[in-house]
Amino acid sequence: MTPILELRGITKRFPGVLANDHINLTLEKGQIHALLGENGAGKTTLMNILYGLYQPDEGEIFINGQKVTIHSPADAIAQGIGMVHQHFMLIPVFTVTENVMLGEESTRFDGFLDRDQAAARVRTISEQYGLAVDPYAYVKDLPVGVQQRVEIIKLLYRKADILILDEPTAVLTPQEVEELFDIMRSLVEQGKSIIFISHKLREVLEIADLITVIRRGRVVGSVRPEEADQYRLASMMVGREVQLELERPPSEPGEPVLEVENLLVTDELGQLAVDHVSFDVHSGEILGIAGVQGNGQTELIEAITGHRHILEGRVRLLGQDVTNAPPRVITELGTGYIPEDRQRDGLVLAFPVMDNLILRTYYKPPFARGRRMEWETIRQHAEALVKQYDIRTPSALTLCSALSGGNQQKVIVARELSRPIRLLVAAQPTRGLDVGSIEYIHQQILEKRSQGVAVLLASTELDEILQLSDRVAVMYRGQIVAIVPAAEATKDYIGLLMAGVPPEEARQRIGRKPVEIG
Amino acid sequence: MNPEKTPQPPDFGKLVLEEINHEAAPPPQPERRKRGIPQSVLIPLLAVLTGLIFGAIFIILTSQEVYNGFGQSFGAGLTAMWDVVARSYTALFTGALGDPVRMINALQSGNALEIRRAFNPFLESLVTSTPYIFAGLAVALGFRAGVFNIGAEGQLFMGAITATYVGYKLVGLPMIIHLPLALLAGALGGAIWGFIPGWLKAKTGGHEVINTIMMNYIAFRLSEWLLTGPMKRPGSYNPVSPEIQPSAWLPRFFEDPIRFHLGFFLALGMAYVVYWFLFKTTWGFELRTVGSNPYGAKYAGMDVTKNTVLAMTLSGALAGLAGANEVLGVNHSLAMAFSSGYGFDSIALALLGNNHPVGVVLASLLFGTLRNGATSMQLSANVPNDIISVLQAVILAFIAAPAIIRSLYRLRKPAEGEGMITIKGWGG
Repeated sequence: MTPILELRGITKRFPGVLANDHINLTLEKGQIHALLGENGAGKTTLMNILYGLYQPDEGEIFINGQKVTIHSPADAIAQGIGMVHQHFMLIPVFTVTENVMLGEESTRFDGFLDRDQAAARVRTISEQYGLAVDPYAYVKDLPVGVQQRVEIIKLLYRKADILILDEPTAVLTPQEVEELFDIMRSLVEQGKSIIFISHKLREVLEIADLITVIRRGRVVGSVRPEEADQYRLASMMVGREVQLELERPPSEPGEPVLEVENLLVTDELGQLAVDHVSFDVHSGEILGIAGVQGNGQTELIEAITGHRHILEGRVRLLGQDVTNAPPRVITELGTGYIPEDRQRDGLVLAFPVMDNLILRTYYKPPFARGRRMEWETIRQHAEALVKQYDIRTPSALTLCSALSGGNQQKVIVARELSRPIRLLVAAQPTRGLDVGSIEYIHQQILEKRSQGVAVLLASTELDEILQLSDRVAVMYRGQIVAIVPAAEATKDYIGLLMAGVPPEEARQRIGRKPVEIG
Repeated sequence: MNPEKTPQPPDFGKLVLEEINHEAAPPPQPERRKRGIPQSVLIPLLAVLTGLIFGAIFIILTSQEVYNGFGQSFGAGLTAMWDVVARSYTALFTGALGDPVRMINALQSGNALEIRRAFNPFLESLVTSTPYIFAGLAVALGFRAGVFNIGAEGQLFMGAITATYVGYKLVGLPMIIHLPLALLAGALGGAIWGFIPGWLKAKTGGHEVINTIMMNYIAFRLSEWLLTGPMKRPGSYNPVSPEIQPSAWLPRFFEDPIRFHLGFFLALGMAYVVYWFLFKTTWGFELRTVGSNPYGAKYAGMDVTKNTVLAMTLSGALAGLAGANEVLGVNHSLAMAFSSGYGFDSIALALLGNNHPVGVVLASLLFGTLRNGATSMQLSANVPNDIISVLQAVILAFIAAPAIIRSLYRLRKPAEGEGMITIKGWGG
């Protein structure tokens, strides 16, 4: 049978980079084909070529055996190719139907929008594939998982046969991921074909019919899930053996380092973001904050580190009141902070690596004497850290913007961990990073913990939270709904809490039986 | 979904750029410089060349001689074209740098006066460059801190006013006190004019581009009022200030009519100070961090507000010095409209100089030379003044828009931040 989609020898060069090097990919009808690779491996470039955003330098695209040229996303849609981006492109104040109609508006004879006809089609599609979306609901009222389904409906409404899902699980709770997988299965049963982009090994193994691994712009190989496991996929992705399970010695919590009491914080719009939150973190322990993105974790971390105004409540660091203290005071008391948005807050991309490595200590000896910067010392310091933290950069003078995401993050980690600290606040420390860098950063965090540092870890990656934390605090709608010791923190239980299920009910649902982590 | 008709999210272009620049990070290139002339030098040179070519077209199109020539015969027309362009550009060159033949002859004759006269065009170019250096540094320092100081012209006027006032009002001081005092007054006048929009930005969020433009108008009108009122020279029919005391003059190195004065070296010294400040001190590090990424600066514990105000104030002080330099070094009094747009041209200079003090000095020398040469082109080649303005504007446009030059000459776009690495080479 002719494959529904075939890419032959796709090559794409950017100045100085070979993003795609003669990539071959075949998608059979009714198949879920996973594209697995580290960031920067070339997955997104390849999909952007398929979606008409880039033109390949070499290579051909065949759809149903017919050679095609795709000049624009409109072309791609005309060819039956649709893409769900990582960031949704929905208008919150429109209804589901209006969002779906956008750009494809069907009008009645009098020129007015025919919403009812469109809504009927949305309902049909929704029922056919088990999407369960109300055509008249406003998008702003829908949970993220359902918004994603609206994106899928948009594609189906435009009669797409090939669906590209770019990291679709990144924003979902574990339960929502399961629901998405059910939908994907239902789609392929009814003849749709899916390209599933991910860097999460477990998910890929669970859902895909075929897994193609890309590394440095080349196809490393394609495997069926039944003949692969996480270790094999990880080493294919990275190109070397990778340690997936971490050695985590039992924690020996000491005195409390960070004490947070009844914290009340609002977001930019003045909406309540952190709603009377209390917890403490002891030396030598990792407290993980789990939660779906946008449940107040960002604001909580910013408030603790002095970057957001605290309306009510207290923050104490080593017994000292640091409520609404300036960031520098909090830093000087011994706080290391890995910010959530590394490119916006954590680095000055236009500065060299060496400048970024002293961004928080530039004014202190030995980096400055009086007001004079000691560039020679700064350079030596940078070279030592580059070596110690394995930052892959041509030199300490290279601009941070030229580094890969993983190495940019290593610059931040090196800067924050190389100082003598008592508290480490890490927000999304491995978001978007490749397996190798994640492994490295996790080891560094555990290393700090065994040195007696108190670690506050906020992450939307539940796997990361469960792997590292000694206790897990779950945030939902600005509140900490439960703080669970590692032994009881199973994926299912925490997942239910993240979705807003009250602790007692969640406990009942999982039947109190310990469920395997991982 | 249908992105063609769906409203694009605003960061779409950024996403694509990130895809190219960051996610697929280019393999590190060990050697930073390619062989050949670096683009930071090549582009200004090509811009001047292109500007001269366009200028030649304008000169030809506006020359009566050429039309007369073509009236006679085609050959005569071509000859006239060649003649007028050659004559104009010879005048431009000798006016800017001096006549080489005359300079050699003068050196051989050993006649001191003749030597000075032969070299005067070159020295005069340096005189013209001096306010450009000060004002260019002012704008460059602002850019480094992330503020767009369009108000250099107004700050320059304020600096000139205060320097003039101190210059003629204080009588009987020795030069060693009076001159620094007058310069300081100039810097202070500009600094106040820069501080106000900086403070407004920090406190109210009022954008400095708008506020500095408004401050310009206030400065212009204020100077007009002062020159027709309180600061008017007694007994004069012209709106001009009293003459500045010679004790506040920037000393000249040669006799009249050679105007080359100490200001040029002060400007070079100031370029070094700005360089040192920006790249060797923690003040400069904070300023540059705030300018490059205010979020990162906040995260690093820096005071973004304070640095914004500081940058505008220092920028104003430098522009004020440009004004002081003109009144104390060249004019010795303040007249209406004494500045011919130095403050505005300095924006282009800062950009051309990559906001680096060394670049600003080089760009200023280029500008001063062109401007000085253009004056003599008008005098000796009879090219209308307006055409010279056109020529300057064309060169300026090409310099300010390197993208045009790159596409004209098919140069490759430099890697992101190439210029910054060069700068780091200076700083490290």
